[in-house]
Amino acid sequence: MKPKIAIFSLTGCEGCSLAILELEDQLLDILGAVEIVNFREGMTERSWDIDIGFVDGAVSTPEDEKEIIRFRESCKTLVAIGSCACLGGINTLKNYQPEDEYRRYVYGDKAIWFPTIAARALSAVVKVDYELPGCPMIKEEFVRFVKCMLTGRPFELPDYAVCVECKKKGNLCLYEKGVICLGPVTRAGCDAICPSFGSKCEGCRGILGHEALCAAGVNLREQYDVSLDDVLADFRLFGAYQEKDLP
Amino acid sequence: MSDPNNEPTRNVSIDVKHVTRVEGHGNISISVREGEITKLQLAIVESPRFFESFLRGRHWSEAPHITCRICGICSVGHTTASVHAMEAACGIQVTEQTDLLRKLILYGEELQSHWLHLYFLAVPDYFGVGSVIPLAETHPEVVRRALRMKKLANDICGVVGGRHIHPVAIHVGGVSHTPRDNELLGLKQRLEDCRGDLKEMVELFSKLEVPDFNRETEYVSLKVVGNGEYAFYNGDIVSTKDPSPTKVADYRQRVVEEVVQHSAAKHCRSPSSSAYAVGALARFNNNAEQLHPDAQKVADELGLKPICFNPYHNNTAQLVETVHCVEASIELIDKILTRGLKSEPLVPPSKYERGAGAAEVPRGLLFHEYGVGSDGKIDMANLIIPTGQNLANIEADMHALTPKLLASGMGKEEMTLQLEMLVRAYDPCISCATHFLDVEWEE
Repeated sequence: MKPKIAIFSLTGCEGCSLAILELEDQLLDILGAVEIVNFREGMTERSWDIDIGFVDGAVSTPEDEKEIIRFRESCKTLVAIGSCACLGGINTLKNYQPEDEYRRYVYGDKAIWFPTIAARALSAVVKVDYELPGCPMIKEEFVRFVKCMLTGRPFELPDYAVCVECKKKGNLCLYEKGVICLGPVTRAGCDAICPSFGSKCEGCRGILGHEALCAAGVNLREQYDVSLDDVLADFRLFGAYQEKDLP
Repeated sequence: MSDPNNEPTRNVSIDVKHVTRVEGHGNISISVREGEITKLQLAIVESPRFFESFLRGRHWSEAPHITCRICGICSVGHTTASVHAMEAACGIQVTEQTDLLRKLILYGEELQSHWLHLYFLAVPDYFGVGSVIPLAETHPEVVRRALRMKKLANDICGVVGGRHIHPVAIHVGGVSHTPRDNELLGLKQRLEDCRGDLKEMVELFSKLEVPDFNRETEYVSLKVVGNGEYAFYNGDIVSTKDPSPTKVADYRQRVVEEVVQHSAAKHCRSPSSSAYAVGALARFNNNAEQLHPDAQKVADELGLKPICFNPYHNNTAQLVETVHCVEASIELIDKILTRGLKSEPLVPPSKYERGAGAAEVPRGLLFHEYGVGSDGKIDMANLIIPTGQNLANIEADMHALTPKLLASGMGKEEMTLQLEMLVRAYDPCISCATHFLDVEWEE
């Protein structure tokens, strides 16, 4: 029996669902190995008998909350894909402004028509079995995950920092150029794509944890006179951190 | 075909919850009582995003990397409009090399998005299937061709920007990465090879029957005035009703935004029309003579002539544009290679003020406008999205189409398909359009 797969979207850009369609080299093989039973963006038919459900987007409205509970009940395995689903993502930027203010800024006196709640990761509402973070999610990691599921092997995320991959590629460290980069504390697995294209790591795969933060904080202060407080705004971008975690 | 129960005075109620094969969440809702339309709405039920609110307080340099997250499909388009707006606000003039590379990645996205829409989202209707998946078995050569073409488009974006979805290397003031010559030569070779695939794609589409439905409306797009190129990357605002060009900085003279309760995206009108359309067909209607000759030939073959008022032909215009973008990309790569690429630093701001920018993204005309405070933080943002501009026009189309479908004696199921196809023809991107809104509406 081929596993029955669903792909759902909550509040987000649907880029992670799209990333699946952008697996041009593997798409036909994947379609041969699984049965896609529910994917609104790409097909008309919809079924609720699901083995593995992938969800992109954050929980950001009362409707999203209801939907994610329904998805959880319908899927044997629930997988959060992308920064929005795993961390809350870019949507969490609104959480730093008073709700009344950010709604009024867009809608003026019509704000009352449009309810919203603070944006959050799926795991804040339901049990999530696996997370594939990144903005967008890393296509290669998705393929690796699908292979693990099909063959019954365990799946784990890398537990080292983007710096490791960046050094391996021989990139000049951005700190040496005076650019503050979140590579030292962000989970690897992206092949350091941003620093490799001349751009700082923005922490979209989430931070490695409290210990990594503390170690990096000490190193950066000693070596480059940069404290983690200096990068607070960057940490906020994808909801990669909780402020209380800062050493 | 005719059903005796379907006389024009009948009662019909159509409710399509979550139109499929569009980007984002939208519902079609129509009630007809004794032949009169009592309710007709394209309700947009996508979640609120509030980008305009939370941009405020962020550093000016972050605008493109934040706003590209509005939409996965058109993230290069948002990036392009965003850098244009922020560069206007900060008094930045970028280098010619920067413009050439950004133009190339934008062509890559037009190709990627149009081919995705035509093959994956629109074509299944014409084959009478629910998705592209069954086509992998019945028409494997079509699906393999689609994937080959899409991969090429993605790779153009990858070579220039690092990736298609949320490009890395495009910044305010320039680009942070320059492709290698052999990467560009590889793309050029594949673009040339792609001509054969495109020819077959055109043949496939020439056999598909396009519904016959025309409604006069206003088509708005950018135009490069004079003998300029077909407008994607820049230009002035023109329309089929008012062809005199308006500078993007004065975009508020051409676009009026309104909050509508049943739509999770603001509706738009122009000074001359209560509804207008943007997108591939709008660009074609305003700029057809600026298309590459090969694209003009394909338009002729497919019977597309300006001004075309059949919204289903937006698909045809998309296909014609991809012929143009393939040829334009080849010419662009030649130009880039002849000039030679060198690493350039980003151009820094010379002031912090207010500025507007635009781009013709796959689904049409996109505006970004920002204000930057003396501390370098964004203090004002306004974003006007193609699908938001099209919503009032789609509803006007549905108002005109529904009585025709009723009068033709069509069954409810077929009517629903025709209406869904109409919505899909606009290639709506609802995530984009609802970068701000949520909706609850009462029956």
